[in-house]
Amino acid sequence: MIEIENVRKSFGQLEVLKGINLTVKKGEVVTVIGGSGSGKSTLLTCINGLEPIASGKVMIDGTDVHAKSTDLNKLRQKVGIVFQQWNAFPHLTVLENVMLAPRKVLGMSKQKAEEIAVKQLTHVGLGEKLSVYPNRMSGGQQQRMAIARALAMSPEYMLFDEVTSALDPMLVGEVLDTLRMLASEGMTMICVTHEMKFAREVSDRVAFFHQGVMAEIAAPEQLFDAPEHAETKKFLAATH
Amino acid sequence: MFHYTFHWNQALKALPQMLDGALVTLQIALLSMAIGLAVAIALTLFRLSGSRILGALATAWIEVARNTPALFQIYMAHFGLGNFGIHLSPFTSLLVGIAFNNAGYLAENFRGALKAIPDTQARAGRSLGMTSLQAFRLIVMPQMLRVAFLPVTNQMVWAILMTSLGVTVGMNTDLAGITQELNARSFRTFEFFAIAAVIYYVIAKAVTLAARAFASRMFRY
Amino acid sequence: MFNTALSWSDLVFLAHGAGMTLAVTAVSVAAGTVLGVLFGVIRFQLGPYWAAPLTFVLDVFRSVPLLIQLVLGNALQSIMKLGWPPFTTSCVVLSLYTAAYCTEIVRGGIDSVPTTTRRAARSLGMSWFQDMRYIVAPLAIRVSLPSWIGLTLGVMKDSALVLWLGLIELLRASQILVTRLQEPLFILLICGAIYFIISLPIARLGGYLEKRWSPND
Repeated sequence: MIEIENVRKSFGQLEVLKGINLTVKKGEVVTVIGGSGSGKSTLLTCINGLEPIASGKVMIDGTDVHAKSTDLNKLRQKVGIVFQQWNAFPHLTVLENVMLAPRKVLGMSKQKAEEIAVKQLTHVGLGEKLSVYPNRMSGGQQQRMAIARALAMSPEYMLFDEVTSALDPMLVGEVLDTLRMLASEGMTMICVTHEMKFAREVSDRVAFFHQGVMAEIAAPEQLFDAPEHAETKKFLAATH
Repeated sequence: MFHYTFHWNQALKALPQMLDGALVTLQIALLSMAIGLAVAIALTLFRLSGSRILGALATAWIEVARNTPALFQIYMAHFGLGNFGIHLSPFTSLLVGIAFNNAGYLAENFRGALKAIPDTQARAGRSLGMTSLQAFRLIVMPQMLRVAFLPVTNQMVWAILMTSLGVTVGMNTDLAGITQELNARSFRTFEFFAIAAVIYYVIAKAVTLAARAFASRMFRY
Repeated sequence: MFNTALSWSDLVFLAHGAGMTLAVTAVSVAAGTVLGVLFGVIRFQLGPYWAAPLTFVLDVFRSVPLLIQLVLGNALQSIMKLGWPPFTTSCVVLSLYTAAYCTEIVRGGIDSVPTTTRRAARSLGMSWFQDMRYIVAPLAIRVSLPSWIGLTLGVMKDSALVLWLGLIELLRASQILVTRLQEPLFILLICGAIYFIISLPIARLGGYLEKRWSPND
């Protein structure tokens, strides 16, 4: 379970998160929508401790992420994250990209790591691309590789930060299909996205962020068809 | 042609001697590169350290190395250190001068290479649970090596060419030095120096080709 | 250290040396650039295959020590009984040396102009020369200028080697003073400072232009 309690975060003068409260239960899929600068992406990097927070608390299965005593490297093995820019490691093949962390961080044998990497890559439809270098692949393929790379650590939670925003429109579908598949397998996920149709399909709950505040959170039908907050209405009207 | 008879035979007889000199040339170049690389890494760390004094020292070194002639740097080692009662042999002066020059240029290259790797790479490593040291060693470093490899190779070629400057401080065992001695004895300047030029060319090309072959095996992406 | 025997006339002597450095550099960079532009355009027009002989010759100038080139140039002019003074020989050799590097810079600059841009120019009815003059040159100069500044600074430093042919340029002038006054460190420091003073404005200009003309502005 991920528990976010009254989290505040500023970049200099600008307060990007103004007291966020959100609890995500095991097996739940929560999508976060909202305009740019609403703080939704920052929230994800605060959840796995890549960014420090000013006040509040983030608890993952009862562990305080931002406590000094917490071993963040250990915690991050439990929480995978995939970014808008997929950040493929250009000097490693697709297979090596996925094998690296299991071997070096989890200390797996080469054989075991390879087995897992092949399984995950096949899962996301890249079973044919194992020995290819990332720069030979499309953005969509690289993004799916990044997903497999995160999954190879057997995380219990996955965070997706606008993973389709940097892709050509024709490549968005293949990545969203991968996310749908993960959701249907019961992965606990928080997805920041601009794809409304996707959000409606896969989410248990959809949260709308506006200027650092979670303005509204509800089941997808509720939020999309009968939004309560004025800003939500405005945002949805503008995106349709 | 022009009432001048070329005497290639006489010059070619000296070839073994000149090749011995070429070995010394290569030796100085390699040594100066090894020292230069070590110092360049130190200078890069100095710059990253955040210490004002170390940073200023690194900057001064790099600026002097890049903005004065290599020959000036060799003169500094050979004549300038004399003020402190340090009198270096031609071999050592040449080595120190070139190593100084190498270190300055290489440090500048390393800085460029470090800048060329985006922060997001280390971040991606961290998000997979790597420590910052692991992320640097496994992800940033290998990519940095690739970016820096070509400039390092170029510097090696420069180092080989710079060894010829030793003759101006009395160096007489390297290729340029031996050629100059042979020339002083026979006055067959053109022939001897033409052969030396060919040898320098071959060495420079061999180093470049070897480096390219090595790079294509090492960096396959 | 400041208790020096260095006199006013010695400083004038150094200044003369610096003047010689500047003269050799200016002549060589000017002539080398003209040749470099010519060779660069030829290399680009002919393509890698037909330009191979030219490429090879220019590569030799970049792979043989300049000192050896100067000695060979001097020996050659004496064999050919040209009777050149050392200044002429030095400038000729340094010009060719500069041209070898400049050719690469020019070719790279032309290469950086997208074919689509050039096609657009030609499709407006411009001749090859007009395309080169009004489209390629302005764009290529932007890309090449920082490297060209770097080359100029490099030639200025490398020009020290002409001392081997007997020209009294800055470094040789310093060396003469060192031998006479026996104050090596002090005189060499002045010499180094003069090199800095000469190169700083040029380097600054390069940095300024690089910033101003960076491709993403």
